[in-house]
Amino acid sequence: MVGFLGANGAGKTTTLKMLCGLIHPSAGEVLVAGHRPQRRHPDFLRRITLVMGQKQQLIWDLPPMDSLRVNAAVYGIPDRVARRRINELSDLLELGEELTRPVRKLSLGQRMKAELLAALLHEPEVLFLDEPTLGLDVNAQMRVRQFLADYNRRTGATVLLTSHYMADITALCPRVMLIHQGQLFHDGALDRLASRLAPERHVRLELEQPAPAEAFAALGQLDRLENCEVNLRVDPALLTSVLAQILARFEVRDLEVNDPPIDQLIGELFRQGSL
Amino acid sequence: MRIFGLNWRIIRALLSSQYAHMLEYRAEIALWALSGVLPFIMLSLWSGSAARAELGLDGVALDRYFLSAFLVRQFSVVWVVYAFEEDALLGRLSPYLLQPLHPLWRYVAAHLGEQLTRLPFAALIAALFFLIQPQAFWVPSLGGLLLAWMATWMAFAIAFLLQSLIASLCFWSEKATALERLLFLPFLFFSGLLAPLTAFPPAVRAWVQWTPFPYLIDFPARVLSGDPVNLAGGFAAQLGWVLLLLPLVLLLWRAGVRRYSAMGA
Repeated sequence: MVGFLGANGAGKTTTLKMLCGLIHPSAGEVLVAGHRPQRRHPDFLRRITLVMGQKQQLIWDLPPMDSLRVNAAVYGIPDRVARRRINELSDLLELGEELTRPVRKLSLGQRMKAELLAALLHEPEVLFLDEPTLGLDVNAQMRVRQFLADYNRRTGATVLLTSHYMADITALCPRVMLIHQGQLFHDGALDRLASRLAPERHVRLELEQPAPAEAFAALGQLDRLENCEVNLRVDPALLTSVLAQILARFEVRDLEVNDPPIDQLIGELFRQGSL
Repeated sequence: MRIFGLNWRIIRALLSSQYAHMLEYRAEIALWALSGVLPFIMLSLWSGSAARAELGLDGVALDRYFLSAFLVRQFSVVWVVYAFEEDALLGRLSPYLLQPLHPLWRYVAAHLGEQLTRLPFAALIAALFFLIQPQAFWVPSLGGLLLAWMATWMAFAIAFLLQSLIASLCFWSEKATALERLLFLPFLFFSGLLAPLTAFPPAVRAWVQWTPFPYLIDFPARVLSGDPVNLAGGFAAQLGWVLLLLPLVLLLWRAGVRRYSAMGA
């Protein structure tokens, strides 16, 4: 599972549309599962799915089950297999009688889960998920997240996920890609992204005696000084020597070294719209 | 095995879901059926006109023609451009484009579902017509009915393809429905909805027969009402228009999809 990150307007949705064949690349070549997506070959279409938060493929006035029957026929899934998959997926998604109620009468969370069911009925190998938890409450977000993790574990499908909820990314994606102005800024583990985005470590101190701000000037960037509480940002290369100096100069009651929280960093990135 | 991307199971699933969908709108569809009474208005206008005899519009034959025109219109009315434009603007087209089925089949199924929903209302209006005009009552022969059904279905196919051609322009312009309104005017005058084409001056008639419009209402209505009509010529013209429009629609669609940027997504 790969998290696909970027500020608003960075090109995440455009990239997803290109990867699933909705948009033709203006230059270069795209290959997904051995196919050129823009040709939208039936074999390719059977192997992928695209889920866009708050965009629907289910027929609004009918129960999801009617749309599922159409999908089963369109993808050539035998009735027996379709029934089994619907049962399995609806169990995982905790959908029951909702499948027989008109889509317009379902809550947003129930609708999103039914959309996921419809999008996954043909057991695609590659899932493009664009903001699948957008607008859902915290509980519904957690259930969708849990379902995606289970589905991925069970089928081994490739999942490319965009989300503004960092909890989605941190819970699901061991690998993340961050794009900025059409360029790939990062491709790797999430924690490595943190060190690229904020190349400093956070040091939190609790001293026995208060100390003046000047005392920390040579140690790093002072973020906070309140009585005995001190927050510093320190260059990782100097961390060991800075810690040694702190321990030598001050009476330290407590000391913590942390990476900056990834969601805070990326949230900041989204808010600013730039790196 | 699939023919044109379809097999029996897909047809059955699409039709049953679209029929169920249209039943949800049955009240609206009843009003649509009722709003298609233009041929009856024209009948009352022609019935009171002195020009009627001059133009050779006989009483009972005229009644039957306009009732047939009403029925043909009921089962060949097309609204694909409006549905398509809405789907494209709201981003609903994207999931359809990503399924191994040409999206136009969904619109065909929706139209057929709507026609089936419309059937009882159209039959009721026809029954009311016969109550008011009992002298016009007739029962077409089985062969005549079959030919009329085929001609109506071909009329629907031409109208659907014509509108799909305009709908494909939605890939370039988000307001292709405005173009459809342009097409409605010649349709209104030259299709036979206002008067049978036999009432038109010969020069106009000769010119109009090279357009698709007379084959949308006039030809199938005359087949249904039992008027003498050149069956072979009419069906050949209908088939010709379908064969001409179909590749154009598919070509324009393909070019449009290349340009599509999944609006609203």
